[in-house]
Amino acid sequence: MCTLEKRGSVYILTLTGNDEHRLNPPLIDSIRAALRRIRSETTTSSSALITTAHGKFFCNGYDLGWAQSDPLRHPQLMSSKLRSLVGDLISLPMPTIAAVSGHASAAGLILALSHDYVLMRKDRGFLYMSEMDIGFKVPAWFVALMRCKVGSPEAVRDVVLRAEKLGAEAAAKKGIVDLACGGAAETVEEAVRLGEELVGRRWNGAVYGRNRETLLAEVVGAMGFDETVENADGTPKAVSRL
Amino acid sequence: MCTLEKRGNIYILTLTGTDDHRLNPPLLDSLQSALRRLRSETAGSGGLCALITTAQGKYFSNGYDLDWAGSNEDRLLLMSTKLRSLVKDLISLPMPTIAAVSGHASAGGFILALCHDYVLMRKDRGYLYMSELDIGLVLPAWFGTLLRCKIGSPAVWRDVVMTAEKMTAEVAVQKGVIDSAHGSAAETLRAAVALGEQLVGRRWEGHVYGENRKVVLAGVLDALGVGDSVEHVNATSRLLKPKNVASRL
Repeated sequence: MCTLEKRGSVYILTLTGNDEHRLNPPLIDSIRAALRRIRSETTTSSSALITTAHGKFFCNGYDLGWAQSDPLRHPQLMSSKLRSLVGDLISLPMPTIAAVSGHASAAGLILALSHDYVLMRKDRGFLYMSEMDIGFKVPAWFVALMRCKVGSPEAVRDVVLRAEKLGAEAAAKKGIVDLACGGAAETVEEAVRLGEELVGRRWNGAVYGRNRETLLAEVVGAMGFDETVENADGTPKAVSRL
Repeated sequence: MCTLEKRGNIYILTLTGTDDHRLNPPLLDSLQSALRRLRSETAGSGGLCALITTAQGKYFSNGYDLDWAGSNEDRLLLMSTKLRSLVKDLISLPMPTIAAVSGHASAGGFILALCHDYVLMRKDRGYLYMSELDIGLVLPAWFGTLLRCKIGSPAVWRDVVMTAEKMTAEVAVQKGVIDSAHGSAAETLRAAVALGEQLVGRRWEGHVYGENRKVVLAGVLDALGVGDSVEHVNATSRLLKPKNVASRL
């Protein structure tokens, strides 16, 4: 599902396998377990996290098939687990870098954007908020995250309301991605280089995480509730499309 | 600590002395009392005025007086309370405000500059610098809110807060953090006066101006609040202070 390796002071979390790395509960749990391991290992020295993936896809979003296969598998579970994962990333006591190695759609794009820096290969792969095209409502917390990460209202509109498919260079121009790099391997190398540079600043990890939470306070607030899968009282909502 | 002079309809508030104008209680009190004098002087008069805040020496302001506070949480809370009160005054001030940044502005000093409607800065020397990450301090929540209300780009917020970037005036203009960069401290002040006169010439109603600014910065006012929960959030910066912070300054 995912592996965690350490190169010097930099952790590399890789979503393994050539599939779409759909965010089903097992995958989300395994990513969170890796983050817990990182937290338990880092003591006083500075570190950084890079998240990347094998194959053509970085992450293609929620595992809708998983939810459809059994009425007891409610989408609310995936939403709640993803929000916990994003909460973990937002509070992680170190700089985070997404090395986007392939397509990142919907919740997969959100996963990428949950990192402090987003680097992406420019030779293939799209960022794509697919909801509009497949008739799904975008959760308010997705948009809160996008607004906190992407400066331009036009870019947010193009991504959310136009379901634009953006390659790395277009995404960089729109301020969604920090750097467009040559290929998957080069993207990871650039990410490691950036990670080492940030580690070299020797910041206090706990302070770094708290300052990030302050900057993303609106997202943290919005993540408490996902109106597309739950009612105001927290009970799962009837989701008609599934 | 500070002087307030009047040039026509422009008031110039100057942080005096060649020290780094740390925001300790005496300075914060003297700034707030200058603003009170300003309000009482301009209350009766019909015409709009403008306020320019500037400083003498190499520093605009280097932020909270951490040496004075040491590890005493009450002292940190006192400075935080007084700065927040000053910022509330600036946000409700019934006239346009301009910061003529004449030198380094770090942490609380950077925030003080950003509390003004317009920020002009000298380009020949001096940095804007959110130093908290480098000195191991947690940013108060309201600093984050103010930065987000004044700076458009999330990538720039990240650079300012999460990489503790030191920005010269020209870089700050490029990043949309300040309005304009000028040759020297004197030129910056001249440009601020010219801008002030231009704004005064619009003959806006001061009270309405102040109220409209409060609407625009409503998020910041909420974050500044006085409730227990806000005190906790704004005061938690002290909880994560490393024990030997004095040696890092």
